[in-house]
Amino acid sequence: MKFKNIILSFILLFVTWMLLNNKFDIQIVGVGLVVSLFVSFAVCSKCEIFSKVNVSPKGIIYFFLYFFVFMGELIKSNLDVARRVIAPSLPINPGIVEVETQLKTKIGRLVLANSITLTPGTLSMDIKDDKIFVHWINVTDADKENATKEIVAKFEKYLKVIYG
Amino acid sequence: MEYIEIIGAVVTLIGTIFLFLGSLGLIRMPDVFNRIQTGTKATTLGTMLTLLGIGLIHLDWAGKIIVLIIFVLVTNPVSSHVLARAAHYIGIPLTSKTVVDKMAQKPAITVKKGDKLKEED
Repeated sequence: MKFKNIILSFILLFVTWMLLNNKFDIQIVGVGLVVSLFVSFAVCSKCEIFSKVNVSPKGIIYFFLYFFVFMGELIKSNLDVARRVIAPSLPINPGIVEVETQLKTKIGRLVLANSITLTPGTLSMDIKDDKIFVHWINVTDADKENATKEIVAKFEKYLKVIYG
Repeated sequence: MEYIEIIGAVVTLIGTIFLFLGSLGLIRMPDVFNRIQTGTKATTLGTMLTLLGIGLIHLDWAGKIIVLIIFVLVTNPVSSHVLARAAHYIGIPLTSKTVVDKMAQKPAITVKKGDKLKEED
């Protein structure tokens, strides 16, 4: 799937370029098209970072669903941190637990680990094959299955469709 | 002052409140991992909201602001993950409140909620 990589990286580069310039001159669009086409052919003809990304309509819908879930979790996590920081007794119960992921691709695991870091009270610390070690600010259950259910499951069902 | 500028100012204010709480967490938390926790989450949303507010005040900057927000959103967790991982590998001790450490190669301590942690030797 060589062309998928090139097309996706071209779209990424071109959209970034247009956002940075923020106007629709013929010169700017032309330069952006030529340069991002050249760069994506030169750099991404061998890379395989996007080859497993699902670009079917279902994948795109799940991407937006994932985005909203993620934003909600981000805001929740910030309120949670704010509550813990303000409370005089400092209510933390930290520990490092192990969770398991079913995602196979590298980019899927990257996105999952980033999402874990930005969700309430968890920070991904290390990844070995399909095991992620997570620093959890309020350990409710140190068991692997239950921790997986608690931390990973809410993102995994979307990411499994998007990144496989 | 236009309507949208007021909204932008309010959003920026909320962002700075989150940034302030994040820095308060850096002082209050007992060990490096909990500090990274508060640091990451509060700075991510704080920076995002601050930038968003600036984007609403200066609407012609909106494109650059979106690029910046995506950049912060993608890179901030990575850097904090690397910091936490390095800190654990060089053996920075966890706080005495820690209940479990699965990353240590020793047998895991099983602690029920509310129990006090036994000191490891």
